[in-house]
Amino acid sequence: MKIVLAGNPNSGKTTLFNILTGTNQHVGNWPGVTVEKKEGKLKGHKDVTVIDLPGIYSLSPYSLEEVISRNYLLEEKPDVIINIIDGTNLERNLYLTTQLSETGVPMILAINMMDQVEKNEDKIKTEALGKYFNSEVVEIVALKNKGIDNLVSKALEVSKRDFTYKPTEWFSQDIEEVLSNISSLIKGHVDENLLRWYSIKLFENDEETVKQIILPLGVNEKVRKVVNQFIDNNGDDDNESLITKKRYEHINRICNKTYLRNKIRKEKMSNKIDRIITNKWLALPIFAVIIFLVYYISITTVGGLLTDLVNDGLFGEGGIPDIVGGWLSFAPDWLSGIIVDGIIGGVGAVLGFLPQMFVLFILLGILEESGYMARIAFILDRIFRKFGLSGKSFIPMLISTGCAIPGVMASRTIEDERDRKMTIMTTTFMPCGAKLPIIALIAGALFNNSGIIATSAYFIAIAVVIISGIILKKFKAFAGEPAPFIMELPDYHLPRVKSLGFHVWNKLKSFIVKAGTIILISSIVIWFFSSFSWSFQMVDNVEESILSSIGRGISWIFTPLGWADWKATVATITGLVAKENVVGTFGVLYGFAEVAEDGGEIWSVLANDFTALTAYSFLVFNLICAPCFAAIGAIRREMGSAKWTWIAIGFQTAMAYVLALIIYQIGRIFIDGFAFGSIIGLLALAGLVYLLFRKNPYKD
Amino acid sequence: MLTLDKARTDSQVEIVKVNGEKATKRRLLELGILPGTEIRVNKVAPLGDPIELTVKNSQITIRKKDAANVVIVQK
Repeated sequence: MKIVLAGNPNSGKTTLFNILTGTNQHVGNWPGVTVEKKEGKLKGHKDVTVIDLPGIYSLSPYSLEEVISRNYLLEEKPDVIINIIDGTNLERNLYLTTQLSETGVPMILAINMMDQVEKNEDKIKTEALGKYFNSEVVEIVALKNKGIDNLVSKALEVSKRDFTYKPTEWFSQDIEEVLSNISSLIKGHVDENLLRWYSIKLFENDEETVKQIILPLGVNEKVRKVVNQFIDNNGDDDNESLITKKRYEHINRICNKTYLRNKIRKEKMSNKIDRIITNKWLALPIFAVIIFLVYYISITTVGGLLTDLVNDGLFGEGGIPDIVGGWLSFAPDWLSGIIVDGIIGGVGAVLGFLPQMFVLFILLGILEESGYMARIAFILDRIFRKFGLSGKSFIPMLISTGCAIPGVMASRTIEDERDRKMTIMTTTFMPCGAKLPIIALIAGALFNNSGIIATSAYFIAIAVVIISGIILKKFKAFAGEPAPFIMELPDYHLPRVKSLGFHVWNKLKSFIVKAGTIILISSIVIWFFSSFSWSFQMVDNVEESILSSIGRGISWIFTPLGWADWKATVATITGLVAKENVVGTFGVLYGFAEVAEDGGEIWSVLANDFTALTAYSFLVFNLICAPCFAAIGAIRREMGSAKWTWIAIGFQTAMAYVLALIIYQIGRIFIDGFAFGSIIGLLALAGLVYLLFRKNPYKD
Repeated sequence: MLTLDKARTDSQVEIVKVNGEKATKRRLLELGILPGTEIRVNKVAPLGDPIELTVKNSQITIRKKDAANVVIVQK
C-alpha cells in the first residue's frame, strides 16, 4: 500500500515523514532527474510505503518538483494522500489542497503546528473544513509527536474504504459550464476519476497536459474551440490566472466560515528576530561572524582535533596500519601491500575526514534547521547574481571549504538548472581540507612558511569563481535571464535534535558510501601502479613502477607551466585520488616512506627541484584543477550526465592550466626577461581577458 | 504606474495587476499576490536587493526585477 505525503515547503512534512518511517527510509532520486525522492516503510506496518513528495505550493506545470508530483499522483495512483497543512498559514496551504483534491486520490488533511495556532488564539473548525474537501481532518503537532497515531490510523482507514471521487464544483458558473462541456467532450478518453482534473487543465492550456494527453484529433479541436470561445468572451485575464484567482476566492469563502482569526495579530517572533538578522547594518557583520564560527569550529578546533586523533592515533604510529602490517608480516609482499597501503591507506584517507565533516554537517544542519540559511541567500543574492550565480550558491561554496563532496551535494537546493550547473562547476575551486597540506608543503619548502600563501589560495579561489561565473554566463548553456527568485523565508525555530540527526546521518552516509568506495578503489589502483613495474613484478624502487613511467611520459605537458618534472606529474596524478596524497607521494618519490602532513622532511629537496615561481604555479594548478575522484563522482551525480561531468572537469583543468601558465610565464618575464614562452603567457592572458570582457552575445 | 519594486519599505500596498511571463506570474499569484489583496512590504536586503514581503502571514522574498511585474497602489 502507498501513502503519499504532500504539502508546502516548511509545513513540517519532513518532520512528519521522519516520524512515520523512522530509520526505515531511503533517499534517492526521482527517475531521470536530480530531485530528491524519499521513500520509507511505515513504522509498524511493513506492507505500507510512505512516499515523500517534494515540498510544493501548487501542481503547476512550471517546475520539475511540481511536474514530478502531479505525474506521480496521476500515474502511480497511491492509496491515500496525507496533505500536511501549516495551520498558521492556512489560506496559502489550502491552495495546494484544492488541486490535490482534483487528482481523484483519497485524501486526508493533517493540520500541523496546532500548538502555534492555539498560542495565536486562532481557531480552525476542522470538521467543517474537511467537508469542503470531502476529506477527514486530523490535528497534529509533528514536532511534539502529537496526533500522529490518530493520523496513521485514519489514513489507513481511508485507504481501505471504498472511494468514489465526487468533484465539488466551486468555480463561478460560467467557468463551470465550460468545464462541464470539456468534460463531456473528453469523456471516455481519460480516466473517469480524472475528468475534472483534465478539464481544468485543458481549460488552462496546461502545457504538460497538452504534451501528455492523447485525444483523438476531432475531440482536441472541439475542446480548443470551447476554450477559445471562453477566452474571446472574457477578454482580460488568461484562463490560468483566472483559475488561480478563483481558487483563492473559494478558499476565502471557506476560511471565512472555518478559520477564526484572533483580532489582535501579535508580531511574529521570526519577524522580531529578523529585525536584527537582516537589518541593513547588522546583517553582514552578523553573517561574517557566524560563518567564521562555523568554519573555525568544524575545520580548526573541534573537527581538527578529532581528525588528528583519527589520523595520528588510529592510523599513525603504532595504529591500525602497523598492527595489521604485523599480522601480515608472513604474507607475500603484494598481499600485505594491497591490504595495508592500498585498502587501509585508502580507508584511512576517508575516515581521516569524517570528524571534520561530521562537525561541519552538524553546524550547517543547525543553520538550515533554524531557518538562517534562507536568510543567507536573501542577504547575499545581489552579489552572487552579479557573477551569474544566486544567493543560494553560497552554502555549497562554504561547505566545499571543508570538503567538496557534500558541497556539491548541497547545490541541490538551487532550483534553476543553469545556476546549479555553474555552482557545481565552480564550487570545487574552493580549497578543501585535503588541499591544505599542499599549501603547507609549498609554503614551507619555498616561501619560508609564509602565511600569505594560504591566504592567497583563498583569494585566488574566490577570484576564479567570480571569473568563471562571468565567463560562463556568456556561453549559450548558461546565458539568459536568471530564473525568478521567489523564495519563502521559513519561520525561525530551534533546531530539533532528531531532525538534525537525520539530516547529518543522511549526508554522512552518502559521503561514506559513495566517496568511500571511490577513494578505496582508486587507492588500490594507484597503489598497484606505484608498486609494480610493467612486467608485473613488485618493485621496491618506485622509480621503476608503472606510475613513474606514466609520469615521465606525460610530464612534458607541464613544460609551459614550469614544472615538467616526473615527480611533480606523478604527485599531481595521485592527487586525483585524494588531494592530500600529493604530499605523501612527493615524500615517497624523494625517498621518505612517511612524511608529516606538511611534508617538512622534504622541504629542502623540494627547494632544489622547484623555484618559488614554479612551485606557486604547481600549487595553483593543483588547487584549481579537477577535484579528487570522489568529488568528481559527486559532480557526476548532481549533474546527472556524463557529458556535463566531463565539461565540468574539463573546464576546471583548463582554467587551472591557463592560470598556472600565465603565472609562470608572466612571472618569468620579471625574473629572466622576455622569452618565447612569454609570448604564450601573454596570449593566454589576452584570451582570458577577452572571455571576461567580451560583449555578452545573449544579452539584449 | 507604481510597481512593487518601487514601493516604500515598511508599508502596506494593494495589488492592482500581476504581469510577467507565465511561470513567474503564476508563481506570484499562487503565493497569494493577487489583484485586490493587500500585502506588506517589509524591507530591502542589506545590499539593496531582493525585497521581503509579508503575504498571507508568510515572508516571501523576491528580486526587484521580478517585483517590477506587479502593479500596486501605495496605502
